[in-house]
Amino acid sequence: MSKELTPTDSYRRRFLGGIGALAAAAFGSGVIVNVARARSPDEAVTGNQRWGMLIDTGKCADGCDECVKACNDENGVTGHGRPETDAQWIRTVTLREKATGRTTKLPMMCQHCEYPPCVDVCPTGASFRRDDGIVLVDKHLCIGCRYCMMACPYKARSFIHEVIMDQKHNAPRGKGTVESCTLCVHRIDKGETTTACQDACTKAGHNAILFGDLKDPNSEISKRLANEPSTQVRGDLGLNLGVRYQGI
Amino acid sequence: MKTIAYREIEGTSAGYYVLLGVLVVLIAIGGLSALYMEHEGHHVTGMTNQIVWGMPHVFAVFLIIAASGALNVASVGSVFGKTPYKPLAPLSGLLAVCLLMGGLIVLVLDLGRPDRLIVAMTSYNFKSIFAWNIFLYTGFLGITVVYLWFMMERRMNEYSSKAGLVAFVWRLILTTGTGSIFGFLVARSMYDSAVLAPMFIIMSLAFGMAIYLLVLFSAYHGTGRALGDATVRRLKNLLGVFIAAILLIVLIFHLTKLYGTQYHGVERFILLDGGIYTFLFWGVQIGLGCIVPLVLLYAPATASSRGAISLASVLVVLGGLAAMYVIIIGGQAYPIEMFPGWEVQSSFADGVVHEYAPSMYEIALGVGGTALALAMVTVGIKVLRFLPLSLADADVE
Repeated sequence: MSKELTPTDSYRRRFLGGIGALAAAAFGSGVIVNVARARSPDEAVTGNQRWGMLIDTGKCADGCDECVKACNDENGVTGHGRPETDAQWIRTVTLREKATGRTTKLPMMCQHCEYPPCVDVCPTGASFRRDDGIVLVDKHLCIGCRYCMMACPYKARSFIHEVIMDQKHNAPRGKGTVESCTLCVHRIDKGETTTACQDACTKAGHNAILFGDLKDPNSEISKRLANEPSTQVRGDLGLNLGVRYQGI
Repeated sequence: MKTIAYREIEGTSAGYYVLLGVLVVLIAIGGLSALYMEHEGHHVTGMTNQIVWGMPHVFAVFLIIAASGALNVASVGSVFGKTPYKPLAPLSGLLAVCLLMGGLIVLVLDLGRPDRLIVAMTSYNFKSIFAWNIFLYTGFLGITVVYLWFMMERRMNEYSSKAGLVAFVWRLILTTGTGSIFGFLVARSMYDSAVLAPMFIIMSLAFGMAIYLLVLFSAYHGTGRALGDATVRRLKNLLGVFIAAILLIVLIFHLTKLYGTQYHGVERFILLDGGIYTFLFWGVQIGLGCIVPLVLLYAPATASSRGAISLASVLVVLGGLAAMYVIIIGGQAYPIEMFPGWEVQSSFADGVVHEYAPSMYEIALGVGGTALALAMVTVGIKVLRFLPLSLADADVE
């Protein structure tokens, strides 16, 4: 019997091989997407990630405001020496429990809700939530009505009350619009894995702030949230926050 | 029933031009203030990152709900078929349109980016009650203009009661929408209540009626046209009923808040120790704005005095502005309860009552919007036939 392939045989072989490769590629890529969730900078944002933070209030040191300074530097959040109208993306809050007198301290910023009231009330859709959980303001759509500031339970937002010069290219800001913590979205979109506030807190040796992907079961933040108690500020509102706290 | 003859007012007297002149000056000052605030940014106002809505919103919300209330006189005529109210209806429609436009212009000029108004008209988030309100306001203007046309154009008269019904339903929805701007804010203790929607509806009836009475008195006094006692008595009795209804709904609002422990803090703030807000609530909103007008409207000595009824109407307007101030500014001044059970301190005024001192620019903008509404009425009754030649009792009934 001849071992030579007829043209039909070789065509069939190529055809079946092609199908097999196609199937393998399709199956394989699906598997790969499910295993590795990291996103390259040119890929669109998806719901495969949910960025969030875990803040251990027990480690937030008295008198320290490194996270605030780092945020201001990173995003060019400068003031005019008018605390009533200057923007604050992150602030430290001191708490004293009325019943026991116990005091603690924590950084407060946009909590990046899954169901953000600011996004619900915004008439133009300028307030929006990315698929990866980051709540932002589109500076081109914001008309400065401040309804989001009325609706936010965390006072996370600031209105720009006067002209701003020397902005950072990664954080465009403009008079007459509203802004808040972006979870250092410019870093995330470059593939970086920390925020400015976390870096500063770590550098100061406190390690109170941990940033990460809440949807990645192998991330440190997910592991800690799975094993340690944590809470959401005004959790009764059912907003499913991206920022979680320990020790309050 | 006799045929009612409507005529433009002459509008050539010195008084007319002085009135118009004063209104134009107030409009100009308001416009310049808006320009200044827009140019400098909101730091020149009393508004801050804590009190984000200020005096412009007090005026704007007052004018917007008064607008829907001003239409009520027309509704009583067309929807409820009360013949004596029909001659009063065109002015009611005109006043409604003008007050709404005055309120809206204040709201728009206070935006951080009023130049982006087009964005608010082209880019919508339909989950936002604000976005719904954009349609409710423009719809109200359109419907009321059509209603006015049907009332004033003889060939269309037969459809005017249907248009009146649509306008009536629309105005109820509109004021529900305005109340819900605050009612839906779950994060703030003063708001977060469905009662705010009916409360705004009831307030709108009284505020609109008070302004209607004042405009009617001024127009008929100024032109020397006859205004019968029976008409005045009907309107002032309606005003009285609406004021009593305000007292009831305000009582219900605070009782529902007081029942649950979580709102005792904000209730204590408004009702007992909130300083200016407590004073404005008890002294101006309730005392001057409700109790005194009720006495003026029903006490035998003053019940039939037009001076007393005018005074009562002015007091209702003042009480209304105070009510808006307490709700809008007071509701923001009371700190958001972010950490129940904890005392809070921060660089961002967490946990403390927020200070607010309205700037003259904000007040000028609000007054300017009010003046614009009144100027439009003043010109409107001169160019179109809104006012009956006579509202003498014999001509109306």
